[in-house]
Amino acid sequence: MTYSLAGRMHTRIVLFAVIGGIWTALIAPILPTRLPLGRSYEMSFTVLGLIIVLGLLWELLYHLLQQYRWDKDWPTAFSLLAGVPEGTLIWLLLGTDTWFWDVPVTARGYWLLFVSIWLVVWVALSGPIRVLLVRRRWRGGKLFG
Amino acid sequence: MGRPGGQTFTGAGRPSHYRDHTMTDAGPSVVRAGDLTPELVDTDIWSEQLLFDAGIPILEAPLISVGGGIGSFVLVDHLRICGVRTESLRVLTPLSTPWESFAYLTRVSQVPIGARLRSDSSACPDNIWGFPSYALREAVGADTVRGFLAPLWQVLTEPLLAEHYTPRVGQVLDWMARESRRIRYPEMVATGQVRMVRRRAAGGYFTILTTPEWNTAAARRIAFRSTYVHLAVGYAGLKFLPDIATYRESTRNSSRVVNAYEPHEHVYDQLRSRPGTVLVRGSGIVASRILHRLIDERNTHGLQTRVVHIFGSYVSGPHGPRFMRRGGGDGFAYQAFDDPKAVWGGQLRDRARRTEGAERAAFYDSLGATSTPYRRNWQIQLATARAEGWYSTVIGEVDALEAGSDDLITARIQSGDSVLASFVIDCAGLESDIGEQRILADLLQHTGAGRNPLGRLDVEPSFEVRGTRSGRGRLYASGAATHGSYLPGVDTFLGLQIAAQEIADDLAAEGFCPRLNLFRSAREWFRWATNRVL
Ligand SMILES: Cc1cc2nc3c(=O)[nH]c(=O)nc-3n(C[C@H](O)[C@H](O)[C@H](O)COP(=O)(O)OP(=O)(O)OC[C@H]3O[C@@H](n4cnc5c(N)ncnc54)[C@H](O)[C@@H]3O)c2cc1C
Repeated sequence: MTYSLAGRMHTRIVLFAVIGGIWTALIAPILPTRLPLGRSYEMSFTVLGLIIVLGLLWELLYHLLQQYRWDKDWPTAFSLLAGVPEGTLIWLLLGTDTWFWDVPVTARGYWLLFVSIWLVVWVALSGPIRVLLVRRRWRGGKLFG
Repeated sequence: MGRPGGQTFTGAGRPSHYRDHTMTDAGPSVVRAGDLTPELVDTDIWSEQLLFDAGIPILEAPLISVGGGIGSFVLVDHLRICGVRTESLRVLTPLSTPWESFAYLTRVSQVPIGARLRSDSSACPDNIWGFPSYALREAVGADTVRGFLAPLWQVLTEPLLAEHYTPRVGQVLDWMARESRRIRYPEMVATGQVRMVRRRAAGGYFTILTTPEWNTAAARRIAFRSTYVHLAVGYAGLKFLPDIATYRESTRNSSRVVNAYEPHEHVYDQLRSRPGTVLVRGSGIVASRILHRLIDERNTHGLQTRVVHIFGSYVSGPHGPRFMRRGGGDGFAYQAFDDPKAVWGGQLRDRARRTEGAERAAFYDSLGATSTPYRRNWQIQLATARAEGWYSTVIGEVDALEAGSDDLITARIQSGDSVLASFVIDCAGLESDIGEQRILADLLQHTGAGRNPLGRLDVEPSFEVRGTRSGRGRLYASGAATHGSYLPGVDTFLGLQIAAQEIADDLAAEGFCPRLNLFRSAREWFRWATNRVL
């Protein structure tokens, strides 16, 4: 994919919210969180929210790194592997007591959730999304404007 | 003038959906007469009366696409997917299939049917979505586990651990053939050569088609009246550098000094029976392919061929400023595709979109000149050739080619050196000066078109040719003729598809067709996937 900065932001906000949101809604009830349903949802959507909000900062970094590439592209593998630092950072944040939501997470519950969201969004963005959004790949990932 | 024969054929009251055979049903006796008159040639804006007086029959179609190559194909494909009916589209072309010219040029320039092209897995002229990509389709079609995994692993790890995945020629052609049947492309074709496009006094355009000689039943010239015209006429022909042209003229021999885009199998044949030295000029992908063939020939048949490679400019390593740095080495500049990837829809497309005039020219400059992809097997072949001493490089421009004794050619290099060779294969490429194409020259002269900062046809971001609007009518162009536009890389599968999408969106805004929105797109993709004929 050849992202522009705006395209990265659109993707992170809209597509992660929509695709990730649908997935999170489906998977939250069956996650091994040992929490009541409501709390499980709260935890899951907090994680999704963090992927999006912190993601906006990550995207700035990725965009900077992209400038060192002659093709100004972003290889698929980078998109996939970005999950490693991003997932780790959120895990660390949730683990410190500074987080004001105070969501109790089990490692298993968290990683199942994070990895599955990441994979679902990555697979969708790697191809199928083009069926619905025909112009997106030609606009650096932008959805409108 | 005023030949009576024309009257039965003028299309004033003709219904807009005609079929090709209606061109013939007036019978041969009446029609062969109609031809261009000096008055028509000299008049910029035409009326029906002018054509009527000249005895040129008029046919009608809302949109005409001239060229009938891949550029026409992808536009027609896009419009058919948007819901435009075959009756509303006419493709005027001498080609029998949209890939005829592409297939010919790839074959002669040493990209056999099974070889890999130079574009992205998702650059699919048969599928506007680019999904499923060619890599995915190759995987699904494979009959071994390895065959299934290899293309997927390659697209997953490209260009980091593996080279970019690129489709095979045959794969692209097969899929285009399938899509051509699906959209009923052949029904939209009218065969012939287009002489000119002129504005029509009452809006829209007249496109003059010269019908083929063999078609004695058809009028010699037919005027197509349309609201919209699209031009995708490709290249003017082969580019011959002055020293080559001079050599060929003075020796009247064109078999020893060839352009890589000419059929030149005889070169390889003769090298098999008699060893020789081949001078290869150029540093783009065509040169790489020619070298590959020469080396393959040498290996398979145990030949003694020697290769001297002349570089006009020699790239010795990575080059360019920090944020625009391109790989290179051994003379070549390395780049996966024709342009850096982001010109087809990323930062570089956005940047190009914001440039005008000299700034545009400078931007194109910054994208770098000729390049070739870094392919491991080519690298190994050349490294071996260098080590064994039968491949050498010379830096400089050729001043002149001179015929010598024993069928040898002496190439005089500007530096004062000279090289003796039995064959010269020039990889300078294709001619794309738009003044060399009659239809485009006519457009510049009579229809208000102008040149862009790189000297080609000037188009809007929507690919409408600037200055040619005629009432409600619009004239678009895409492909090589528009190189230098807001979209670099326009002369590639993706470039042509992006142009097609912009044109289709512009036409949708004009009310010609529905815009491809989310729902229509999903439905149409499903139809594509199930190969449903439109
Ligand atoms: C060897 C080679 C390899 C390539 N590999 C790739 C690749 O890997 N990936 C990629 O994306 N692109 C590739 N390209 C580029 C791609 O093939 C071109 O972008 C594409 O074919 C151009 O399509 P076109 O319709 O503009 O021109 P063409 O396909 O050349 O068709 C234009 C046609 O218009 C017709 N015409 C001209 N004048 C008139 C007239 N007056 N009236 C009627 N008809 C007329 C001509 O018959 C001509 O055939 C390659 C090109 C070549 C030559």
